[in-house]
Parts: sequence; C-alpha cells; structure tokens
Amino acid sequence: MAGRGPKVLVLAAALALGPVPGGLHAQGLVADASRHLVAITTGFVGTKVLLFGATEGEGDVIIVVRGPARREVVRRKERLAGIWVNDTEVTFRDVPSYYWLASSKPIEELLPPPAVQRHEIGVQHLRLVATGKAAAKDLAGFRAGLIRNKVLNGLFTVRPKDVDFLGQRLFRSTIEFPANVPTGSYTVHVFFVRNGSVASAQTVPLTIAKVGIGADVYRFAHASSALYGFFAIAIALLAGLFAGVVFRKA
Amino acid sequence: MQIYLPIAEISLDVFLLLAMGGGVGFLSGLFGVGGGFLMTPLLIFIGVSPAVAVATEANQVVAASVSGVLVHMRRGNVDFKMGAMLLAGGIAGSSFGVWLYSLLRAMGQLDLVISLSYVAFLGVIGSLMLGESVRAVLRRRRPGGARRKLHQHTWLHGLPFKIRFRKSKLYISALLPLAIGFFVGILSAIMGVGGGFIIVPAMIYVLGMPTITVVGTSLFQIIFVTANVTFLQAVSNQTVDVVLALILLTGGVIGAQFGGRFAGRLPGEYLRLLLGAFVLFVGAAIMFGLVVTPEDIYSLGAGLG
Repeated sequence: MAGRGPKVLVLAAALALGPVPGGLHAQGLVADASRHLVAITTGFVGTKVLLFGATEGEGDVIIVVRGPARREVVRRKERLAGIWVNDTEVTFRDVPSYYWLASSKPIEELLPPPAVQRHEIGVQHLRLVATGKAAAKDLAGFRAGLIRNKVLNGLFTVRPKDVDFLGQRLFRSTIEFPANVPTGSYTVHVFFVRNGSVASAQTVPLTIAKVGIGADVYRFAHASSALYGFFAIAIALLAGLFAGVVFRKA
Repeated sequence: MQIYLPIAEISLDVFLLLAMGGGVGFLSGLFGVGGGFLMTPLLIFIGVSPAVAVATEANQVVAASVSGVLVHMRRGNVDFKMGAMLLAGGIAGSSFGVWLYSLLRAMGQLDLVISLSYVAFLGVIGSLMLGESVRAVLRRRRPGGARRKLHQHTWLHGLPFKIRFRKSKLYISALLPLAIGFFVGILSAIMGVGGGFIIVPAMIYVLGMPTITVVGTSLFQIIFVTANVTFLQAVSNQTVDVVLALILLTGGVIGAQFGGRFAGRLPGEYLRLLLGAFVLFVGAAIMFGLVVTPEDIYSLGAGLG
C-alpha cells in the first residue's frame, strides 16, 4: 500500500491533467480511485481503495459504491416441533452484492427525500423487486432481514462513512472491502451536491477479481469441473500414499 | 497467517486449519475412525458453508483412507470381494446422495438435513458405544461372564443371491452388503463422512464379519465412495476446495500418527467409552444449535447471478 505522499502526488496530477483515465469527467466534478482493479490473491484479507477528486466551487460530496447485482434468496425460519426450520422464502432480484456509502455531511442535510430515493442513496432506498409466496405485508420483514444479514457480513454500509474535504475543493474518502467481498464489476457513483440538489455526478469503474493461484483454482473448478474432480481425487490419493510411505516405519 | 480459500471464498488462518486437521487426525488415529463426522461440523462452525464443508471433507477422507488402507493391505486384512459388493452399493448410494444434496440445497433445506442427520447418527452411535463400553468395563471388573455365540442366525440369512466370502468366512446374501453400501453412500454424500462409524458396526453386527477384516475392508470401500462423492460434488455443485482439503489433510496425517501411537496405551473399552461420550457431545452441540432461538430468523440463501 502506498503512503500518503504518492497519493497526494496522484491527486495533484489528477488536478493538473483534468480528466483522468477511467474516470469520466463531469461538469463541476473530477474524481478517481487509487486503483481500478482490486486483486484477490491468496493472502487477501480485505483491502482499502482511496477515492479522491476535486469539485468546482463549494458543495458537498456523496459517494455510493455498488457491487454487481445478484439474485438473493431470503428465508425465514419457523419453529417446527421445537426445531428452527427454514419456511417461507422470498427472492429479491438485482440486489447489489455490495453497498457502501460515504458523505461529507449527514445526507438529510444535503438532499430532500425524493432525490435520496431517486439516486438510491442508503440501503433503505434500494429498489428491490421481490418474488415469492410471502404476503405483501411480510415483505418489509424479509427486506429488513436481507439488509441485516448483508450488514452482518460486512457487505452493506448503513451509516455513511466520511468524505473529508482538504480545503474547499479537494476531497477524499477510503472505501473498505472485507475479505468476503464478491468479485465482479463495481460502480463508484460520486455525487456533487449543491443547494439541495445533485449538481453533477460521475461514475468511476472498479473491478474486483481473483488473481493468481486462487483464481486459477476457481476457474478450473468451474470451467472444467469434471477434470477438477479427477484432479482433486488424484491429489488426495497421492497425499494418502505419500503419508502411508513416509510413516511406514513408525 | 490468513489464507484465502478459492472455493470456500473466505480467508481463514492456516494454523487454525492445521490444528483442526491435527486434532481430528489425532482422534481418528486414536479411535480408528475417519474423523469426517467431526471435521465437517467443525468447518461449518468456523464459517465454511455447509456445502463446501461436506464436499471438501469427502475429498480429505479419500486421502486419510488411502494411508489407512495400506497398513491393512500389508497385513492381508482386506476382503476385496466383500469390499467390491459394498462398493457397488456405495457408488449407487453416493450418486443418489449427491443428487438429493443438490435438490435439498435448491430447496433451502440442506443445512437442516445435514444437522438433523448428524444429531440422529451421532446420538444413536454415541449411545450404543457408550452403553456397550460401559457393559464391557463392568464385565472386565466381574470376570467369568458368559461367552456369546459367534453370530446368531436370523431372517437376514434367508435372503436370496447367496455368495461365499472366503476371506471373511461368510456365506450370505449379496443383497446385504449392497444395501449397507447404498445406505452409507447416501450418508457419505450428505454428511461429508466416510461412513466408517456406521459401516463398521453394520459389518460386525449385521453381516457378522470377523473384526480383523472389518476395518481394512471398510477403508478400502470408503476410498472409492468418497472419491465418487468428490467427483460428483465437483461436477454438480463446484464445492470441492482442494486448497482447504490439502491443508486439513496435512494436519490430519501428522495428527493421526500421534493418535495411533497413543492408542496402544489405553485399553479398548475405555477408548470406546471416551469416543462414545465425545460423539454424544458433538451430537448434543449440533442439536442445541437447532433448538436455540436463532439470532436472526431471516437468513440468506445461495446468491446467483
């Protein structure tokens, strides 16, 4: 991980050059991330990505990071003969696998509720489409259950993190990804807010991918699963034989 | 030192995994059991998903059984004909088991069925072992107890398709080992175990096999049944984590050696008493997890694109 010095240099370079690679330039706002590829290697224990930029004139910044959308099945347990058993299930479509939020001020001070809802700022405003047998009045419970579980897994952020301003125009924030972060294409939405509305917005792409031996094993297991199965058995057989021979005298 | 497991998709401490492998290996060397029935619940407990735990453990049991069977083959204690019969049933049973496993997983009932299977089997086996070893300990203290017959003749000996098994000195219906193999194959696929703790008593009490050939023969067939489970799980669920399996079996192999050396120092019935109590304890712990009110009654299923 680079120290603060290089980051400031990058930031200064970003300002000098104007539009930065990977980040689309928007009116009144320039933003970029310290890297656009997060590699999950064998020693991966989670990581941080620095998000930085500059605004044209005074205002505030809200940052929303969304992971690739997925289908999530939420199940509710019922007590059956003394045992807790999964009973009703509801499937939510297009759930971001990861959701992170940061803001330079409390969001309710920056934007009116309709704008917050329109931009899906905050997990409670995510537009989730549900399918399942649960009654409409129960859906709120499933929705809350989904969000609780995602927060517990460290994949949803409910309380906005900080966006720090350095002076009046430069801002920075640190996105944290836990070790169990889902892989795929992420989007970082940066909103420049002024006078109770979004003055401009920019999207910074970010990819999280498995790299190295772990990635090879994963690809192998999914792309040619039959061969992988033979491979797994062969390794186990060899290891067993090896152990049998090594400890024979013992 | 954390390591990211590519299939389990979580980071775990290598030394914790090695210690778990070593500890379970020690117990399996001590008691002569595969240890899958202990390792699978442990893996789930430290955060590996039940799907990955079961499939990966099957892979590890392959290795553990290979190193175990070598010893018995050298001593000529493997009844290959009986093994082949058990195996034929076992391949069919484990294939059916993996299919059932995928079905239960899609229905969201896999975790429950795994837990219930563990509670039922650990409860029954633990109680039987405890009861039997307590009686054995008591007999030991009061010498001169009546000797029992080698084996009783029951309706099981009236079944058709009788085959002679020379090594085990048996003349029984082929349907018996086939059925036992099938049943244990299902358990192997769903519980991620070799099934030694079921098949060994079944071979002794149902088939009437001499104890000397039981362990080697069961290990022989477990290799192939767990290999079949590993292959089918890899193909249909992609849940076999070779990295995790390798770490566990490294610890397991070392632990088993120490356990094996320790085993000679304790009399058999006390060993069985200890193992019985331990098996019951694990079963009770899993039962507790099912009965106690969960922290959150809502849970997430498998997320798919």
